[in-house]
Amino acid sequence: MSVLVFANSTDGKFKKNAFEVVSYGKKVAEQLGSTVVVVTINANNTETLYTYGADKVFSVTNDALSTFNAKAYASVIQQVADAQNSSVVILDSSIDTLHVAPILAVALDAGYVSNVVALPSSTSPFTVKRKAFSNKAFSNTVIAADTKVIGVAQNSYGVFENPVTGTTESFDATIADSGVKSEKVERVTGQVTIADADVVVSAGRGLKGPENWGMIEELAGVLGAATACSKPVSDLGWRPHGEHVGQTGKPVATNLYIAIGISGAIQHLAGINASKVKVVINTDPEAPFFKAADYGIVGDAFEVVPKLIEKLKAFKQA
Amino acid sequence: MKILVCISNVPDTTSKINFTENDTKFDTNGVQFVINPYDEFCLTRAMWFKEKQGASVTVVNVGTAATEPTLRKALAIGADDAIRVNMESVDGLSVAKQLAEVVKNGGYDLVLAGRESIDYNGGMVPGMLASLLDFNFVNGCVGMEVDGTAVSLTREIDGGNESLTASLPMVVAGQKGIVEEKDLRIPNMRGIMMARKKPLKVLEPVAGENATSIASFEKPAPKGAVKLVAADNIDELINLLHNEAKVI
Ligand SMILES: Cc1cc2nc3c(=O)[nH]c(=O)nc-3n(C[C@H](O)[C@H](O)[C@H](O)COP(=O)(O)OP(=O)(O)OC[C@H]3O[C@@H](n4cnc5c(N)ncnc54)[C@H](O)[C@@H]3O)c2cc1C
Repeated sequence: MSVLVFANSTDGKFKKNAFEVVSYGKKVAEQLGSTVVVVTINANNTETLYTYGADKVFSVTNDALSTFNAKAYASVIQQVADAQNSSVVILDSSIDTLHVAPILAVALDAGYVSNVVALPSSTSPFTVKRKAFSNKAFSNTVIAADTKVIGVAQNSYGVFENPVTGTTESFDATIADSGVKSEKVERVTGQVTIADADVVVSAGRGLKGPENWGMIEELAGVLGAATACSKPVSDLGWRPHGEHVGQTGKPVATNLYIAIGISGAIQHLAGINASKVKVVINTDPEAPFFKAADYGIVGDAFEVVPKLIEKLKAFKQA
Repeated sequence: MKILVCISNVPDTTSKINFTENDTKFDTNGVQFVINPYDEFCLTRAMWFKEKQGASVTVVNVGTAATEPTLRKALAIGADDAIRVNMESVDGLSVAKQLAEVVKNGGYDLVLAGRESIDYNGGMVPGMLASLLDFNFVNGCVGMEVDGTAVSLTREIDGGNESLTASLPMVVAGQKGIVEEKDLRIPNMRGIMMARKKPLKVLEPVAGENATSIASFEKPAPKGAVKLVAADNIDELINLLHNEAKVI
């Protein structure tokens, strides 16, 4: 019996997610008195995973997996899980992994729980806490099936160092014919994406028009943040759809979320509740966002944001 | 093309979320139920296929009789017929298994479903369904065309989009982009009248066990009051973010 973690990578590189799930897997393995094994696909520097507790890494390298493919990835993870007799499989809850996990769960005849925010509160019955009702609540979910697949919500557990002397072995997996073919990947490069960001700077209809986003981008630049927006802003075409956060957009679980000219409608809050610290800048002291925020400035974005940029630049240089 | 659209019956997005029976049941008191917003995008896309290139559109829900008004709404939007599998849905896998039966028996070649439901947010039913059926599957779809059995799709990825090709039969989990928000349909009077006469078939569930169950619900801890900083005192905000919140 073992705990298997899938450490996802993009272009060979691990992101924070991968370290988070390995950290989580290490603890679950301790709870169960078992070992943690990790599977990687076309990843470099697998030894970095030892820092977070990976005792054994099974590295799968195959050109047929050079672009992400849900079914093929699921089948690779399943083969390692079977070979290692893994009763618990842990993954992140990124867009790609949410694509893989349900396929994997069926293949393993497992109980799958996504968006898990804490370590199992009990391993018998196996109980995990997950987000529900679009971040307005949590559910404590019991997995009855023998095999458990757990999708850890991003930034919900954290990255913890737990160095071990690990080893990496290559694993020869059979690549399933997947039926879905990737034709083209278009990614905005050079920008922090919402999924990777520790800080998100988000703006709403209070900004009046797309021409005013320069200062939002500048503020994000100073903070190394990703930019985001409220739904009407993307509906109006001021910003790309991929930036729309909220109940029907992307969820954001960052350390710092700065909301500028956003009213704080319940559907918007649903997507950002999981962020740790929220700052609101809004002209209207009655804006509902102030009820959800940790820090607030009642003020005009067009006056406050340029000043904030200037002060932050000075702060960063100091 | 025979299209099946999976419809989840969810609390309206403005609903206050509360629980009863020692926090083990969702409190439906005063809650309006609607078609899951992601499913609504899919239903509209299905209607587009029906009108532009010919297709039949069936909507399906796994749920108790309480979900029928939501299915009627889907019929009023233009679906041809509806199926309800008479079972309380508590677990993604068991719902997917019921849906798989419906797909097999109905011979559907395209199944559309929202990428997740806004109540349990599992995001698992479409992928599980595809696996159970051994159909092709694309998640988070923001664009889709069908030509014969050839399907071209766009899905959202972190920081961008990916174009894909696949063939029918398949399961596609959609979101905004598969149609635009402005193209969503609101049922009109005629649609509502016609929906009353459209067939809504109730099927008994096939046997199966739940892989997961909910032991209890919790609400997030109440939040402290916001700390307001004067608009001309940005230094204080930076100080708080650095020294108190430790996020910059
Ligand atoms: C089914 C459904 C799903 C939805 N899903 C989402 C979702 O996922 N995400 C989402 O965001 N919304 C969602 N919404 C929409 C949501 O209800 C709100 O309409 C939306 O969040 C409002 O966006 P906003 O705050 O940018 O705009 P507004 O409501 O127009 O608010 C603008 C705010 O800017 C402030 N302001 C104006 N001028 C300035 C200035 N100069 N400086 C500072 N502040 C200023 C105003 O005081 C106001 O508070 C959904 C709605 C529905 C019905």
